[in-house]
Amino acid sequence: MTAALTALPTAFEAVKVDYAAVGPMLVVVAAALIGVLVEAFAPRLLRHTIQVVLTLTALVVAFVVLVLVSVDHHGVTVGGSIVIDGPALFMQGSLLIFAVLGILTMSERFGGRSADAFTPMGAATPGSPAEAAADRAGYATSEAFPLTMFAVFGMLMFVSANDLITMFVALEVLSLPLYVLTGLARRRRLLSQEASLKYFLLGAFSSAFFLFGAALLYGYAGSSDLSKIASAITTANGDLEGLLLPGVVLTLVGLLFKIGAVPFHSWTPDAYQGAPSPVTGFMAAATKLAAFGAILRLAYVGLEASRLEWRLGVAAIAVLTMVVGAVLSVTQTDIKRLLAYSSVAHAGFILVGVLAFDRTGVSGVMFYLVAYGLATIAAFAIVALVRSGGSEATHLSQWAGLGRKHPVLAGIFALLLLAFAGIPLTSGFTAKFAAFAPAIAHGGLAGVVMVVVGVLASAVTAFVYFRLIVLMYFTEPTGDDVAALTPSIASTIAITVGALGTVILGIVPGPILDLAGRVSQFIQ
Amino acid sequence: MSFPLLTVMMVVPLVGAAVVWLLPAGSSRLARPIALATSLVTLVLALLAWARFDTGSSAGRYQLTETHSWIPQFGVSYALGVDGIALSLIVMAAILTPVCLLAAWNDLEGDRDDDGSGRREKTYFALMLVLLTFMVGVFAARDVFLFYVFFEAMLIPVYFLIGLFGGPRRQYAAVKFILFSLVGGLIMLVAVIALYFHGPGGEQGFLYEALEGNVTGSTATQRWLFLGFFIAFAIKAPMWPVHTWLPDAASEARPATAVLLVGVLDKVGTFGMLRFCLGFFPEASKWATPVVITLAVISVIYGALLAIGSRDIMRLIAFTSISHFGFIVMGIFAMTSTAGAGSALYMVNHGFSTAGLFLIAGFLVARHGSQRIADYGGWQRVTPVLAGTFLVAGLSSLALPGLSSYVSEFLVLAGTFQRYEWAAAIGTIGIVLAALYILLTYQRVFTGPRPTFAEAAEPRDLGLREKLVVAPIIASFLLLGFFPKPVLDLVNPAVSKTLELVGVTDPAPTNASGSAQ
Repeated sequence: MTAALTALPTAFEAVKVDYAAVGPMLVVVAAALIGVLVEAFAPRLLRHTIQVVLTLTALVVAFVVLVLVSVDHHGVTVGGSIVIDGPALFMQGSLLIFAVLGILTMSERFGGRSADAFTPMGAATPGSPAEAAADRAGYATSEAFPLTMFAVFGMLMFVSANDLITMFVALEVLSLPLYVLTGLARRRRLLSQEASLKYFLLGAFSSAFFLFGAALLYGYAGSSDLSKIASAITTANGDLEGLLLPGVVLTLVGLLFKIGAVPFHSWTPDAYQGAPSPVTGFMAAATKLAAFGAILRLAYVGLEASRLEWRLGVAAIAVLTMVVGAVLSVTQTDIKRLLAYSSVAHAGFILVGVLAFDRTGVSGVMFYLVAYGLATIAAFAIVALVRSGGSEATHLSQWAGLGRKHPVLAGIFALLLLAFAGIPLTSGFTAKFAAFAPAIAHGGLAGVVMVVVGVLASAVTAFVYFRLIVLMYFTEPTGDDVAALTPSIASTIAITVGALGTVILGIVPGPILDLAGRVSQFIQ
Repeated sequence: MSFPLLTVMMVVPLVGAAVVWLLPAGSSRLARPIALATSLVTLVLALLAWARFDTGSSAGRYQLTETHSWIPQFGVSYALGVDGIALSLIVMAAILTPVCLLAAWNDLEGDRDDDGSGRREKTYFALMLVLLTFMVGVFAARDVFLFYVFFEAMLIPVYFLIGLFGGPRRQYAAVKFILFSLVGGLIMLVAVIALYFHGPGGEQGFLYEALEGNVTGSTATQRWLFLGFFIAFAIKAPMWPVHTWLPDAASEARPATAVLLVGVLDKVGTFGMLRFCLGFFPEASKWATPVVITLAVISVIYGALLAIGSRDIMRLIAFTSISHFGFIVMGIFAMTSTAGAGSALYMVNHGFSTAGLFLIAGFLVARHGSQRIADYGGWQRVTPVLAGTFLVAGLSSLALPGLSSYVSEFLVLAGTFQRYEWAAAIGTIGIVLAALYILLTYQRVFTGPRPTFAEAAEPRDLGLREKLVVAPIIASFLLLGFFPKPVLDLVNPAVSKTLELVGVTDPAPTNASGSAQ
């Protein structure tokens, strides 16, 4: 008996946790758990307010902890599964900011009792008496807020995961709440539920891919730790070489799915269209950032030594992503699907920066993600405001002449579109420059080819955005019933921050570029 | 720390635009005077810059410089400075803007979309002022990145000026304009990024001085970079075969917009060829010269032929510009000091003669409501002053001796002949064709029997405001025709410096000085 005990591995020892380093994550997950309790115990009328205050406070506290405490606690912790380094902190900080903006847009009530974007009862059949009754009774799905917090927790962990198991757990923690949130749209319930189901099914597939790839890599390296995999690649004697490439490909497929790279993008337009607009904005900004954070870490820390074997394949995916995203965005007639395909194209642009394999590439990608995320959250917040007969007017023809009726709103939206198009003096241009320059400097011929494809794809997407501006400003309004609601202070803050960020990162990007440049070194 | 004159020249119109834009609805009739006053202040500043510009010992260098760090991570500085060519173009832009504002004074009255709030009028004049800021900026930039920023940012006000205020096919024209320009600009972006990594690098690696003569890389790389810049500038200029956006944009835009578009903005293309293509990639420029000269000759002839065949007066003027841009490009790539000076001078002259044609044709169209040449005839008897001024502008455009374009066209052809006899010879045909398209148009529109009008609809001749618009333009024809020396003194040192960078010497040394005329 005693012999058996001593033979047991040391796994039962509690791992050392640097609480200061992981503090922000703990704050967020604690708030999410309290949020669940609030759902159970707080009176229905107060839930919305309590949840919003709770989540916003927690996010701000987490950000303060991050900035004041965690920055001085670089290192590997929680038994080697979490690493807090420059890129992790930068992306966690960005995620927390995105989350604040996302929560602000989700909390929009337009004078009603509960969040306008979410259905009163997610489980009710669309159009059923149960749904109508729930609405009358004043039900509300205020659990959307703790769900978002769980997703944020998963994202924070995703960008700092130092082994494949943690990465997988983080992937699931961030994905599952998003599947649910996608299905909670108040209007067009069927579309929303369909989107949720598609997103869930395809997401489950991609998780399986990732897990299988992780298993192969574990078999190859004898460890799921990224740095151990890296050293296994450099010291390999060729015995298990057959496991490496399949493992790399499968893990990358799982991650590329999350950023919506072609050919793993098919969920993007449906999920973006069906999800409540504030959720779409949050999802587009934060999930993309988190997934790219994981890709960066996997590629730069774990698999860099073997990059010659898979780099060209991912380069081909990047090219395909830019071309397909750009071309298909031309044919869209729904604004949310249009922005979805544009997000696909942007994922391709960012991949170009990833494949530079240089510190400047890391900082360029991080800058791009921040710039894109701020603009995206604001853009979807504006989409949520434009209404026709109570529901969102997402068909492009309904946006005709919006510039005349709502000059300020349309002006901000036009600014965001210019940023997406990469016009100078907006963040989009600086971001493209930051992502493309390393590819040209360090990417060799493949890098140059990707950048050339990238700028041509940009021209195509620019056509799409300018057509939208034409529609808003140069075209006569068609339906009289299309109008923008007046946003509350919460949405206004989110839109303002997004627009200001777009301008500031375009005109004086120096400080953020400098920050991204200083913290772009991964801990191996 | 000297007075940042160039920055102030950019800030003044921007502030003016903000003031005009933000005017309360009740006082929107102040929009036009404020806009005009702002542009006149800018003009004074531009003349001040000219006065402070040293045409003596340091004439070949960038002057009135300002340098501040902007995005050191990318090697980008906020650096301004002008040489003679840039300064002459800035002065031209500063003269043309108030002229155009005055020409567009009543354009938006009784506008079909006007809701009486004056909102559209404010928008139009504010956008014109924003455009002035960018026009100054693009010529005054001394940093490739900064140049690119202005190059692209300029598109936005023009896009709205065409798309919001143009003719019936304005949306098509605006989108076509922006697409052509963006494709060119984005191709250039690749070259801009790559240029940095083939230059000296560092926190000021995009400065013109840092790059001139310092671009490394294999011959093939330099040729690719050259192409990246050249394609963008050829679209902008525009040269055959990437010219098709210009006639649409120019004929759908308001005449005043068309003047700034064709007269000033398109000069960025030829200016860029001189500054970037020749200055940064001398070897590649020489390599490309045969093709470029051929394209230029085709543009000269093709533009003239299209002009002759054109039935729309605005499109006709746009086609003449394509022909004239052919001359300018030919002069730049001939790489002789005579042709180079001719091209630099031509850029200024063409701005004024195009302004004359577009604005006076615009006055004509405003009276009759049609751009079709066939709808006119005999108008000389109704509006003699209008007809006379149009003829003078036309004669300047066809390079009649004594008017400004003659000097520049002569210099270009003479300079080109030193190196490429056949190109100059074919180019001369362009002058003959120019006589055709100008005189035929004059004949069709203005001569013939007096047209009959309903009693009340009898068109008036040019009013005082319109005469004020035309006067400075015609004055410029005569001044620059008889006394081009001030401008030549400005551009000659800059041209010599560029040719020095390219490393060519004239086959038979001649100096294009104004006194020779």
